[in-house]
Amino acid sequence: MIGRAVIEALVQRGDDVTSLQRGDADLPGTMLRGSITDADVVAAAVAGQDAIVHLAARVGVTGPWDEYESINVGGTRTLIAAAQAAGVSRFVHVSSPSVAHTGASIVGDGATPATPDAATSHYSRSKAMAEVEALASSSDAMPIVAIRPHLVIGPGDTQLIERIVDRARSGRLPLIGSGLALVDVTWIDNAAGALVAAVDAAPDLGGRALVVTNNEPRTVHELFARIAAAAGVDWSPRNVPAAVAIAGGGVAEKVWERTGRTDDPPMTAFGAEQLSTAHWFDQKETHEALGWMPTVSLADGWDQLGNWFRNQS
Amino acid sequence: MTSEPARLPPAGLDGLDPSWSRLVTVDSLDNGRTFHVLDNGVADPALTLLCVHGNPSWSYLWRHVVAAAPADVRVVAVDHLDMGFSERTGEFRRLATRIDDLAALTDAMGIAGPVVTVAHDWGGPISLGWVARNRDLVKGVVLLNTAVHQPEGSPAPRVIRAVRTRGVLGRATVDTTAFIRGAFEMSDPKPTQEVRAGFLAPYGSAERRKAIGQFVEDIPLDPSHPSATALDAVADSLTELADTPTLLIWGANDKVFSDLYLHDLEDRLPHADVHRHPKAGHFVSEDVDAAGTIMDWVGSLDAPPADELQIDHLDSLADSLAEPSIAELAAVMEMGESFDSIDFGPLADRIEQTARGLLATGVAPGDRVALMVPPSIDLVVALYACWRMRAVAVLVDSGLGPKGMSAAMRSAAPDHLIGIPKALAAARALGWPGRPISTVPLSKVQQRVLGSSVDLPSIRSELATPLPEPTIDDPAAVVFTSGSTGPSKGVLYTHGRIDAQKRAIMELFDITSDDRLVAAFAPFALYGPAMGITSVVPDMDVTAPATLTAVALADAAVAADATMVFASPSALTNVLRTKDELSASHRLAFADVRLVMSAGAPVRPSLLHEVGELFPNAKVHTPYGMTEALPVASIERHDVAAATGGDGVCVGQPLAGVEVRIRPLDADPGDIVDTPGVIGEVVVRAAHARNGYDRLWHTTHKASQPAGWHATGDVGHLDPEGRLWIGGRLGHVIDAPSGPVTPVAPEQQLEDLPGVTMAAVVGVGPTGVQQLVAVLQVDDADKAPRLASIERIDAARAAVDHDLVAVFEVPKLPVDQRHNAKIDRAAVAAWAAAALSGGKVGSL
Repeated sequence: MIGRAVIEALVQRGDDVTSLQRGDADLPGTMLRGSITDADVVAAAVAGQDAIVHLAARVGVTGPWDEYESINVGGTRTLIAAAQAAGVSRFVHVSSPSVAHTGASIVGDGATPATPDAATSHYSRSKAMAEVEALASSSDAMPIVAIRPHLVIGPGDTQLIERIVDRARSGRLPLIGSGLALVDVTWIDNAAGALVAAVDAAPDLGGRALVVTNNEPRTVHELFARIAAAAGVDWSPRNVPAAVAIAGGGVAEKVWERTGRTDDPPMTAFGAEQLSTAHWFDQKETHEALGWMPTVSLADGWDQLGNWFRNQS
Repeated sequence: MTSEPARLPPAGLDGLDPSWSRLVTVDSLDNGRTFHVLDNGVADPALTLLCVHGNPSWSYLWRHVVAAAPADVRVVAVDHLDMGFSERTGEFRRLATRIDDLAALTDAMGIAGPVVTVAHDWGGPISLGWVARNRDLVKGVVLLNTAVHQPEGSPAPRVIRAVRTRGVLGRATVDTTAFIRGAFEMSDPKPTQEVRAGFLAPYGSAERRKAIGQFVEDIPLDPSHPSATALDAVADSLTELADTPTLLIWGANDKVFSDLYLHDLEDRLPHADVHRHPKAGHFVSEDVDAAGTIMDWVGSLDAPPADELQIDHLDSLADSLAEPSIAELAAVMEMGESFDSIDFGPLADRIEQTARGLLATGVAPGDRVALMVPPSIDLVVALYACWRMRAVAVLVDSGLGPKGMSAAMRSAAPDHLIGIPKALAAARALGWPGRPISTVPLSKVQQRVLGSSVDLPSIRSELATPLPEPTIDDPAAVVFTSGSTGPSKGVLYTHGRIDAQKRAIMELFDITSDDRLVAAFAPFALYGPAMGITSVVPDMDVTAPATLTAVALADAAVAADATMVFASPSALTNVLRTKDELSASHRLAFADVRLVMSAGAPVRPSLLHEVGELFPNAKVHTPYGMTEALPVASIERHDVAAATGGDGVCVGQPLAGVEVRIRPLDADPGDIVDTPGVIGEVVVRAAHARNGYDRLWHTTHKASQPAGWHATGDVGHLDPEGRLWIGGRLGHVIDAPSGPVTPVAPEQQLEDLPGVTMAAVVGVGPTGVQQLVAVLQVDDADKAPRLASIERIDAARAAVDHDLVAVFEVPKLPVDQRHNAKIDRAAVAAWAAAALSGGKVGSL
């Protein structure tokens, strides 16, 4: 979802964009198909480019570590090496705030260094390793900046919004704990805007990591209520103790792992934790470094989302 | 006792840097003695702090002082011989020997001036003995919980007596560590295990603790004691310190060195700066940041003289009261069943006679006299009689409650207490200091029960002995703050400043001899007689201003044909609630009132409007100020409504003679500006502002930057017309990414929303990144705090200029008891921070 938004933003301002993707999405600009783990494909894709925006990643909460490692760590390594060889002059590595997440509340922190050893999931560990390696590879010839958008949402989002709406619709959307933890999400257009800004600012930001959000922390309760309202779902909150939810999520993860299921379990420990502890960030530094501010407020976003749901039905 | 060489402390003691420790051998002592000292080793220091511990302790006591010293200050903290890690000599070293020891050590170390001595407990006499011998080196003296003498009439400290009981001494002090451990029982907060271990480190065996018992034995409790002569010599030498800057830092919760010992030292060192910590114990430097106080005090010794406002005017109180043209004018009227009234002529006589009577019965000029008398003729007589004979009035608001009043009384330590019988009973029950003097004659039984044989009517003296005339700089009053914005503090006023306050009020409200005042607001009401105008006290319980009824207020207005009404916002709120009981003549009396003044707490614009309707011909003023400076500014209700464009509440133009400046939030303490629009702490200077805080040197120092100014703790800004706007308290400023946000303006915007009766806006998150949270007091709330409905969240966000990350609803916001109006934003912020981080949602 975010890849398309970035490509559209870049094309719209007149950049010549080439995309490399595994799937068959219809994207603007030049489209290439292939895996980031394939060095030849990657070398062909980066040839002649001025800048790279690296969005490819294995996401999710299930699956073997090897997959995460080869795509997220190995793929990043391959891409950076190819870009350096091709004389690319700037590189935006899309990372995640989870690379520095220790499980505790995040209350107005900046982008603290990635901590692979403290990671609690395959995804966050592999992303943390990738970011550490990427930033260490930054050079004057090809500055690398890591951008960590936090919980990107928008119309058509199948990760967070679709699940919340499905569960609200079926009466299975409880609030974990009090539901009052503050979470700062990122509207899709703002995530794309920040990445475009990072392409422009990369020469001054080599080796740095920046968290990007909408800079509008909201309680989980309010986020659920807004999303449900946008989807036209009647939702009333029911509270589940956080400890129960986290433990339950852990059990589900175990069951999924043992049984080899590849879809995501209904609630993971990571997800439960995400929705019961605060996650909001210091955006002052990000705004100064990127020379960028969010352009779509959450209030506008909820309106967009409402329209999108109405057009769907 | 066996001897044992000195050694260095073990590594790893909490807060102690091993590089500070050194051993110093003094060849001139006995056959050579070795001390352990802490020494930060500053070469060519601008100043040396010589720190002397007491018993049971060691130089570890001064680790914070060593750590806090600026680069050009050397700190030398000594372990006495046989104590700490110094040599065990095997001899009993008494006070005189210990003074010799210290002098020999500083000689051997080559310590040159200037020196400030810093001493605690039994280190006090030792350090003062050293000071007497090294006067040319001494720049200042700092003493913490110590004594040089058993105060007159006080029993020897019970703890010491108990410890010295035969058989107990050795057990408590030497055989066990009970004495060391016990010394911390008075500490608040209790020291950590690491710190206790630090204090115990050198005292691991009975042999090493021998001197702890000897120190206790060496306290002279009677004149035949071997150290009595040496201690008396130290006590006598204090008269020579009159020109030596002195600082007393005191933990008042000390069962050994109680306030009596502080007062004894104050009597011997009347020039001393004093900072008394009511809750701190014997080890005051463990309980509070004494090192910070010491460093600021030492720094202040070299500060250039303050650019103080010169006060050069003092009306003679005697002359204004005895002004012949008003002799037959009613001075004070008391409403109620026991209606009473007194004219200026008789009032002036009674005040003179009472003042002489106070002198004759042992109240000396300069003595402190607490006044526990409700507003009345008796209060006016007692207060003005004190002022006439130069006694200092101590005024404690009964709104503080028994606990707060007790704390205030112990802090101010009045020598005498004038009270109505009920107050004298409370004083006796709560153990307040001060010789009780009754406002009314007492029966024999009452005299015995209340411990008072003196009453004001009986002591009046018609003799024509001259009274000591107060001068501008004589202290006049210690007035306790309401405690709604922190612990109640005693605010010092001189006669010059009290007189200036009276004149400021007269000028602000154009008060002339044609005015008559209904005084339902105590602070201003007391000035009526000095202004030469009639004051009438309405029938009300002054401890509960909200009980003032419209009829009671109007009866007072009718009686005096009043032109002015002074009342607190809560009193006026109740007057409005009961206004339907007013008669036509009551309303006519209100129509003659030209001025209504309400102060003491924030006044809602809607209240001002309703008051304006009740007093159709009156200007309704709300002065801005505080116990430390009142009034600073004032505004009429129509101007409040017309004032727009600022941040917070417009409190009007500063009075003539009042300077208002702003200290920008990130500026140095001394940097103040008058640039419009700059937000910061409001700093004021006026002839009628406070002198300082009583027995709170450091508090005064920090609140007086630049010197001679009063930092209000309020945040606000000036506008281009020179008006002052107040946005809240300094501690309540929200440090948002866009810059500082003061809470009052968004709160007022939220209070305009339907169903919202009060609003608190607080910040959550770290400095510089704080997000705004609104907590609304609403009509239809649940018992527990809840997130507001989406509709109300949207309305709140639309009403406020900043993003609100969350909006809560509660049935009742926490407010101060005193005014029932000042929101406890610190409590709201702490609650919001916990709830919004995903933690447990407590009650608010």
